Amino acid sequence: MSVIKTEHLTHTYSQGTSYERAAISDINLEIEAGKMIGIIGHTGSGKSTLIQHFNGLLRPTEGKIYVDGEDIWEKPKEIRKVRFRVGLVFQYPEYQLFEDTVYQDIAFGPKNMGLSEEEIDRRVKEAALFVGLKDDQMEKSPFELSGGQKRRVAIAGVIAMSPEVLILDEPTAGLDPKGRDRILGQILEYHQEQKKTILLVSHSMEDVAKYTEQVLVMNHSRVDMFDDVEQVFSRSKEIEAMGLAVPQVSRVFLSLREKGWPVPQNVYTVERAKEALERIMQQGGKAHA
Amino acid sequence: MLKDITIGQYFPGHSVLHRLDPRMKILLTIGYIVMLFTVSNPLGLGVGILFLIFAYAISKIPPKMITKSLKPVIPIIIFTTLLNMFFVKGDPLVDWWIFHISRQGLLTAVVMTIRIICLIAGTSLLTYTTSPITLTDGLERLMKPLKKIHFPVHELSMMMTIALRFIPTLIEETDKIMNAQKARGADLESGGVIQRAKALVPILIPLFVSAFRRADELALAMECRCYRGDVGRTRMKQLHYSWQDGVAAAVTVLCIGMVVVVNIFAPVVF
Amino acid sequence: MEPILSARDVSFAYDNYEEKQLPPIVLDDISLDIQPGEFVAVLGHNGSGKSTLAKHFNAILLPTAGTVYVNGINTKEEDRLYDIRQSAGMVFQNPDNQLVATIVEEDVAFALENLGVPPEEIRRRVDESLKAVGMYEYREHSPHQLSGGQKQRVAIAGIIAMRPKCIVLDEPTAMLDPQGRKEVLQTIRQLGGQFGITVVLITHYMDEAAQSGRVVVVDNGKVILDGPPRQVFSHVELLKSVGLDVPQATELAWLLRQDGYNLPDDILFEEECVQAIEKLLEEHHVSH
Repeated sequence: MSVIKTEHLTHTYSQGTSYERAAISDINLEIEAGKMIGIIGHTGSGKSTLIQHFNGLLRPTEGKIYVDGEDIWEKPKEIRKVRFRVGLVFQYPEYQLFEDTVYQDIAFGPKNMGLSEEEIDRRVKEAALFVGLKDDQMEKSPFELSGGQKRRVAIAGVIAMSPEVLILDEPTAGLDPKGRDRILGQILEYHQEQKKTILLVSHSMEDVAKYTEQVLVMNHSRVDMFDDVEQVFSRSKEIEAMGLAVPQVSRVFLSLREKGWPVPQNVYTVERAKEALERIMQQGGKAHA
Repeated sequence: MLKDITIGQYFPGHSVLHRLDPRMKILLTIGYIVMLFTVSNPLGLGVGILFLIFAYAISKIPPKMITKSLKPVIPIIIFTTLLNMFFVKGDPLVDWWIFHISRQGLLTAVVMTIRIICLIAGTSLLTYTTSPITLTDGLERLMKPLKKIHFPVHELSMMMTIALRFIPTLIEETDKIMNAQKARGADLESGGVIQRAKALVPILIPLFVSAFRRADELALAMECRCYRGDVGRTRMKQLHYSWQDGVAAAVTVLCIGMVVVVNIFAPVVF
Repeated sequence: MEPILSARDVSFAYDNYEEKQLPPIVLDDISLDIQPGEFVAVLGHNGSGKSTLAKHFNAILLPTAGTVYVNGINTKEEDRLYDIRQSAGMVFQNPDNQLVATIVEEDVAFALENLGVPPEEIRRRVDESLKAVGMYEYREHSPHQLSGGQKQRVAIAGIIAMRPKCIVLDEPTAMLDPQGRKEVLQTIRQLGGQFGITVVLITHYMDEAAQSGRVVVVDNGKVILDGPPRQVFSHVELLKSVGLDVPQATELAWLLRQDGYNLPDDILFEEECVQAIEKLLEEHHVSH
């Protein structure tokens, strides 16, 4: 069953004025529970607007959103509850930290849910474990930590609410390769252990290719593609035409195919590229032997 | 959304009023205000009102902007009107229970209301036709003589500029932080006064932290661009008075002169 | 030729490193010469010391031991501070926190106004700099109306208006989207080519470093690699071990070489990779 479903979802900013502009228009989606999905699209394609609808931060100007089959705007007064079911980690989330200690900051979400002390404690510790925070860091002020650590605290703060769907908007922005691999690795691990649905907004095709199962491509306020990673990256040419960068290996394989070499078109990571080349070289060699 | 708030009251345009030197506009506005409060006769007040209507007409600022600028001061206007109406003593007009309205009281109230409206509309015209940065620039140059008595003119104007530069950035940031805390279930909309004030903590702390960080980085960037206060500083944009400024000054002085003449020769009414 | 930037046996440590939880030694005996006209990328992960090194080239930080020369001036000479800052301009990471004025052209004029340049000359240099970074049409905009990449280009214009010999950019693209990164990098490459300004680009993006003329890899406060990109990126294992990426084309060739296939070790770009693979496939009798 789909965990998030949208029907004709449309959001128009400054409706009725001369600045009127549709940020997303007529989006019909069904997101399957338990998947890890990448969302790509250039700045202004509507991806930020879209994800802020999933947890009820923005109200559609037209259309409907269902979480677990329930229309989330049926009772607008209870919209806050939707935010516990669909957790959203914003870009540069470290700038939202405010409590005296790391522990308290992670506990902010669970406290807002009105959970018992024991349950809050259990969730905070579990979330901290997922993002690799050590016990001695829990009583520190979040402002004393390094940039990468702060970001992990902020992510833990959303994980601690134990949402069914976890959305991360560019969780690796500004991090170096080491910090990036660490955070994405932890998110993947969380996904595999908890079987939660994860939506990962990213500018990096390499990361999307490496970590996700499905990819949603936004372009001009609409969903342009939504399919398995392989299917999406086999259309590298179209993605490039939208002004998005496909991974370098995909481009290499695209050129090889254009030159008539029998290489597969769904290659998007270095490892797969290596395997694919070695396979055809072995076959090629045998065929001639 | 917070983003929709417009900062500064600037209303871009190309009228003569927009093109006047900001220093001239500030001086003329001050002159006009002084005139408003020294006028002592309906004829003089009429001249003042006509002058304002004329100025708005050539500025091409839509008249509805006047009402918009008056909206925030309506409580003050009502308050002073009532105060004057009920507490100025004189020939009684109404004398019922605790309400005593005198003829003089009513007159003072009406005149005061007109003065405040003209004052607000007049100063708004200055901000509508002058961008905040030009206004700051004009103020800095006008106050230059105050440097002699060690008044920090340059520093104040630099502070103004930086504030103007960062207001939109910080508004956007507040929006982001609010959304981020809402996403963690923060309840900003319900509860009593104390609860609502408490709910602001998760927004204000990150906002302050970020503002300090920005200030720090900006200071470093300014130093790297050789900023050392007012020492040996030049400006790219020079202000020059043009013939239009002369005309504007002449018209205003003429108007003020008329009011002075009226004040002297016509009977003092209020 | 006399180097424009020169670090001799430079070490740096913060005084209160314990309370700030910083490593005791941030820069460890670095010696580095940068010649006029070079485009040098300084590559390293966060905390490697690369930004600290950059701040030495502008006299924001002074070495604990050793000496830094900017255009021949020792950065410890306090009374030459403005000469140093005029010779080596600095662009920072956050595009929002380095623009001072509310109008683009006023911001570009800021440094020149501070230096007391005559108004007509400021006007001329401001227009010239804005044209150089392709932001002339936006000269009357307010910075908050611009995208991140555009703001960074305005910041660059503000520096080149000073006519510096050298420009040091401290992770100028870290906070930008791919479009913004592209714009800024293109502008940076022009600085060297068209204007002959020496460029020092601090970054952790290997694809940016690959486009430079010389890559200096910093780790743990030390220079561990220094050379042309092809040579530096051929050290795939070393780079990975210090937490850095190599271009995918380089990595693919490296993986295949590991498995005994015959490929060159200096592949950086896509086209070279395609050609090398074609040759390899032909050698293995794979038919078109």
